[in-house]
Amino acid sequence: DDVVEIVLPETSFEGYMLEVPELTYKTTKTNLLQMYKDMIITRRMEMACDALYKAKKIRGFCHLTVGQEAIAVGIENAITKRDTVITSYRCHSFTYMRGAPVKAVLAELMGRRSGVSYGKGGSMHLYAPNFFGGNGIVGAQVPLGTGLAFAHQYKNEDACAFTLYGDGASNQGQVFESFNMAKLWNLPAVFCCENNKYGMGTAAARSSAMTEYFKRGQYIPGLKVNGMDILAVYQASKFAKDWTVSGNGPIVLEYETYRYGGHSMSDPGTTYRTRDEVQHMRSKNDPIAGLKMHLLELGIASEDEIKAYDKAARKYVDEQVEMADASPPPEAKMSILFEDVYVPGSETPTLRGRVSDDTWDFRKNDFAINN
Amino acid sequence: KTMTVREALNSAMAEEMDRDDDVFIIGEEVAQYNGAYKVTKGLLDRFGERRVVDTPITEMGFTGLSVGAALKGLKPIVEFMSFNFSMQAIDHVVNSAAKTYYMSGGTQKCQIVFRGPNGAAVGVGAQHSQDYSAWYGSIPGLKVLVPYSAEDARGLLKAAIRDPNPVVFLENELLYGESFEVSEECLSPDFTLPYTSKIEREGTDISIVTYTRNVQFALQAAEILDKQHGVSAEVVNLRSIRPLDVEAIVKTVKKTNHLITVESTFPCFGVGSEIVAQVMESEAFDYLDAPVQRVTGADVPTPYAKELEDFAFPDPDTIIRAVKKVLSIE
Repeated sequence: DDVVEIVLPETSFEGYMLEVPELTYKTTKTNLLQMYKDMIITRRMEMACDALYKAKKIRGFCHLTVGQEAIAVGIENAITKRDTVITSYRCHSFTYMRGAPVKAVLAELMGRRSGVSYGKGGSMHLYAPNFFGGNGIVGAQVPLGTGLAFAHQYKNEDACAFTLYGDGASNQGQVFESFNMAKLWNLPAVFCCENNKYGMGTAAARSSAMTEYFKRGQYIPGLKVNGMDILAVYQASKFAKDWTVSGNGPIVLEYETYRYGGHSMSDPGTTYRTRDEVQHMRSKNDPIAGLKMHLLELGIASEDEIKAYDKAARKYVDEQVEMADASPPPEAKMSILFEDVYVPGSETPTLRGRVSDDTWDFRKNDFAINN
Repeated sequence: KTMTVREALNSAMAEEMDRDDDVFIIGEEVAQYNGAYKVTKGLLDRFGERRVVDTPITEMGFTGLSVGAALKGLKPIVEFMSFNFSMQAIDHVVNSAAKTYYMSGGTQKCQIVFRGPNGAAVGVGAQHSQDYSAWYGSIPGLKVLVPYSAEDARGLLKAAIRDPNPVVFLENELLYGESFEVSEECLSPDFTLPYTSKIEREGTDISIVTYTRNVQFALQAAEILDKQHGVSAEVVNLRSIRPLDVEAIVKTVKKTNHLITVESTFPCFGVGSEIVAQVMESEAFDYLDAPVQRVTGADVPTPYAKELEDFAFPDPDTIIRAVKKVLSIE
């Protein structure tokens, strides 16, 4: 009695050189509820980042995914922990979905020792098991992700690599180099363009000669997906995984989505698009509101229950913020500064500090143990 | 027994591939063509297409792919047909390979070797004649090795492949065919070298600190200096740029009280510049009886014509001139 039937609208998919996935599929109530809970936590987490940034507790760059929740959540629920995921700097939600606690994500953003990267990475460099960042160079994650797929094939694993990149990154030459190798070698690679319509402040049509990103693999089949509908994202991601793991080679997905906020914290996101456009997407296409409707219609949860979930998510994230904020920053001492440049036991004999007297000698200091 | 540098590199890779299935070689023309310089000769026949991978001409792509495979636990050996082409891929060497371990707080290892011919060959013009020692040597997270002899090539490459960090391995095309005596120990499949320098010739009057092909020129210069001027020069083969064996440099300076450096890079911000700075900042400074001289490539893009090319890089004569200046020999 846990099983429900989903019927997606015709407009959910558009195929390129392939038959689109079934619009009707079965899944479980448990799964739908889980995805709802995941989305409200990731949104709450991003809103917490926004507040912490404005409170000057987060420094430097910070890129949020409010509006784009269906993608990280839909993918993670469609794949297994043995599959690999890599993305750009807009990476907080993926890190959480791959298994890092909210407090470890937030602590990293606040530059704390308890962060996922021990305060060494920051907002753009988050990692988790089988999650390879968090990459700050636009487009560079695409060949890296192709390498993850290469490793799956090399090890003869029944798994694939999901590589995410934006509409802006899609014009990098290395994306096309990756497409070529992935097809040539039939790698289990799922290339996922998160088309949120703007690369920083440049509208897709102002950067891309052809904006149908799912067709840009040319000789690689593609699928456009309504990225604001998690039920479509889930079905498409499952389809893509099955497609590539069963030996069909790579596939290019385009998740059409929208970011409600600016590109980063310094961008109000209003100079290159209208407030009406943002408001329209928020009120008509919000992925969380969309799934909530399904939960109500399918009788999976009542209004009151949903309110309770929302309240619980807020409480949970608030607690995680508190724990993260209570954790200390790394001490400014050489043993911490110089750790992790090289794998312990294989360091270069020394690394130089700001003056020659501050040169750290690994032979005299085994901080891998003392830390 | 003698061995060419090419045989040394080839046998080192073959043995490491025998030892560990996660080690594979990838690059342009490494498989069917047997390597542009035949360094990977026979590896395809022996290990098959899974582990000897010909790539399209797509440096940024295949370097990024290899780094990604390394992040997932494989141990790639990436061959650049020439290190000049690594400029297409330097973002992945520096930003993706060298920094990930640190950025991830030590949670994401990246075991990978980038190797291939580096520096000037003969008559190949400006875009194919550059030494990247200083470029890669400046990056924390990388190790940078510069073998000279067959023994260096074997011992250092085997160590690099086993090193859990990203290693840039700078070979010299003009040394590939050179034969060297190798010890019995060097032939062992377990032979590796530490990343420390080697005194190739003992001396008492001046230290010549150098690497790769210039070791040969320095040894030739030392012979001439001995015969013609009665100067006893100590020749130090660095073998590694990062880590730089500063202790050995300090030690030789304390012994001879005079130092020159020899390298085929551009002079500015080079390996010699770093060595001089390290000497200034160490106790060795107090032992110097004369200012240090650097012998480097000239500060020009490499010219094509032989007369100009020869005039742009160190040779035994330039080394002798620098030694004579430091020792105030007329």
